[in-house]
Amino acid sequence: MKLEGAKRWLIAGIALAVLVSLFSAQFNRYYLGIAIDCGISIILAVSLNLINGHTGQFSLGHAGFMAVGGYSAAKLTLVCSPMVPDSLKPLLFLAALVLGGCMAAVIGLGVGIPSLRLKGDYLAIVTLGFGEIIRVVVQNMESVGAASGLKGIPKYTTLGWTFALAAITIYVVAALVNSTYGRGFIAVNDDEVAASSMGINPVRYKVTAFVIGAFFAGVAGGLYAHHKQFLSPTGFDFLKSIDIVVMVILGGMGRTVGVIIAAIILTLLPEVLRQFADYRMIIYSLLIIGLMMARPQGLFTFGQKKKGAAAI
Amino acid sequence: MSKPLLTLDKATIQFGGLTAVGDFSLHVHPNELVGLIGPNGAGKTTAFNLITGVYQPTAGAIHFSERHILGLKPHDLTKLGIARTFQNIRLFGSLTVFDNVRAATQLHRLHGIRSALWRGIGFHHAEKEVETQVLELLDIFDLAKMRDEEAKSLPYGDQRRLEIVRALATKPKLLLLDEPAAGMNPTEKEELMKLIQFIKDKFKIAIMLVEHDMKVVMGICEKIAVLEYGKKIAEGTPDEIQKNPKVIAAYLGTEEDDDDA
Repeated sequence: MKLEGAKRWLIAGIALAVLVSLFSAQFNRYYLGIAIDCGISIILAVSLNLINGHTGQFSLGHAGFMAVGGYSAAKLTLVCSPMVPDSLKPLLFLAALVLGGCMAAVIGLGVGIPSLRLKGDYLAIVTLGFGEIIRVVVQNMESVGAASGLKGIPKYTTLGWTFALAAITIYVVAALVNSTYGRGFIAVNDDEVAASSMGINPVRYKVTAFVIGAFFAGVAGGLYAHHKQFLSPTGFDFLKSIDIVVMVILGGMGRTVGVIIAAIILTLLPEVLRQFADYRMIIYSLLIIGLMMARPQGLFTFGQKKKGAAAI
Repeated sequence: MSKPLLTLDKATIQFGGLTAVGDFSLHVHPNELVGLIGPNGAGKTTAFNLITGVYQPTAGAIHFSERHILGLKPHDLTKLGIARTFQNIRLFGSLTVFDNVRAATQLHRLHGIRSALWRGIGFHHAEKEVETQVLELLDIFDLAKMRDEEAKSLPYGDQRRLEIVRALATKPKLLLLDEPAAGMNPTEKEELMKLIQFIKDKFKIAIMLVEHDMKVVMGICEKIAVLEYGKKIAEGTPDEIQKNPKVIAAYLGTEEDDDDA
C-alpha cells in the first residue's frame, strides 16, 4: 500500500467517526455510552501497545497517565467554560485534550528518563508505584475535589471526538512503527545490546515510546473525564492499569489489530455479563484466565507482522 | 604506512581485583585484517567490548579515526564507524531478514519521527533509498530470497551471515567479528574465509576478528595479536606467530588440537 494510503485511511477514519456522530441523537444513550467507552479503551490499549508490545517495556502506569490527563483537561474546562461562548466550546475541548495529553507526556518524560534504565519486572514495579503516587496525590488535592472527586465536568465527549482520536492514535502508532525509524522500537524489544551496537540508542527509543504512549493515555483521560462528567481517584487505581495491560496481552503484544479487537471485547464483556450480577467479575476473570491458557501468544495474531514495505 | 584507524594505548579493564585486559596496545590500519587469538578466558571478547563501548577501560586510552573514544556509548561508536557481530548470535529475532538490515540503516536515515508521521514525499524517497540499499546488501550476500523470513527461523549459517550484513549496513570503517566460525563445519569455514576476504576487498574496511579456529585466522589475517590472561604476549604476521615460543607455550604447541576445537 502506498504511503498516502496510510494518511487516506486516517482521514477516512476521522470522517466516518464525525459522520456517525451526527446521528448519535438517534442512538440509545446506553449503547452510545458503551461505544464511547470502547473508543477510549482503544486509545488506551493502542498507546500502551507502543510501550509494552512494540518496545517491550512492561509499564503498569497507564492509569496514572490517564489520571493526569483527565484531571488536567477537566480542570481547564471547568475553569474556562463559563468564559467561553458556546461556539468556541469545541476549541476549548480540543485545548483541554491537548493539555491533558501534554501534561501526561511531560510526566511520562520525568518518570521515563530515570526508570527506563530498569528492565522487566523492575520497571513494572516502578511504574506501578508511579501510578499509585498519582492517585494518592490527587486524593489529597483539594483543588480537584480530593477524595470526593471532581464533579460537574461539562459533557463534551462525543462519538465523533472519541473515534477521531482513536483513529489518530492508531495512525500515529502504526505510522511510527512501520517506518525505518520505527523498526528501532522492535529492535530494542528483541535485543537491546544488539540494537545499541547497530547505532540505535535504546534509552532514547524507550523514552520516546513512553512519552508518546503517555500523551495518548492523557488524551484518553480527557475524553473519559468529559464523558463520565465525574472523576474520582479510585477510578485510576492500578486495577485500571492492569485492565489495559490485559487488553494488550490478550490482543497480542505488538499486534495493533488484535489489540483494538481485544480493547472492544474487554470493554463490552462486563456490560454483557451485567445480567449475572454478583458473578460478573468472577466470570470475567475466568474468561480471561481461559483465554490466556488457550492462546498465550494473544487472541488475534492472525497474519504476519507487517513486512518490508513501509506501509500501514 | 597510513595512520592507524584504531589505536589501543595500554587499555586496561579491571573487574574488582581481576585484570581482564591489561596494558593492551594495538594498532589497526584502514583496510587491514587483524586477528585476535588466545586461550579461553584470555580477554578477547572483553577487548572487543572495550573497543565497542560496552565496557569502559579503567586505564589507558582508545582512539578511533584519531578521536578519543572513551566514554562514548556503543550506539555513538557505531555512528563513528565501528560495527560488530556477537559470539552468540544476536539478531532481532522477530523482525524479518529485510527489517534486521533496515533497522541497522536507521543511524544514517534521512528522516525521523516527524517525517515518519507526516509521510510526505521526502519520507517516500528516504524509504525507497533505504530499501534499495538493503536489497543491494542482501543480494551481495545471497540473502535476498529470504528477505521476508523471520530472522530466528533462518539456518545457523545464514544467521551468522545476516549478522555480518546487518553490521555492514551501518557503513562501518572497522568491522569486529566475534568468533564468526563458531559452530561451523569445515566447508562453511572455507566459505567464511572467502566471505571475510571478499568483504575486506569490496567494502575497503578494516576487519578485526576473534577466532579460535587457527586455520581461519592463519589463513586470512595479515596481523595477529595473541592475548593470554589479559596480556598481549605476541603480535606479528601469521608466520611469526606460529613460530613464537610464547604463543606455542600458551597453546601447548598445538596448532592441530585447535583445529579440532
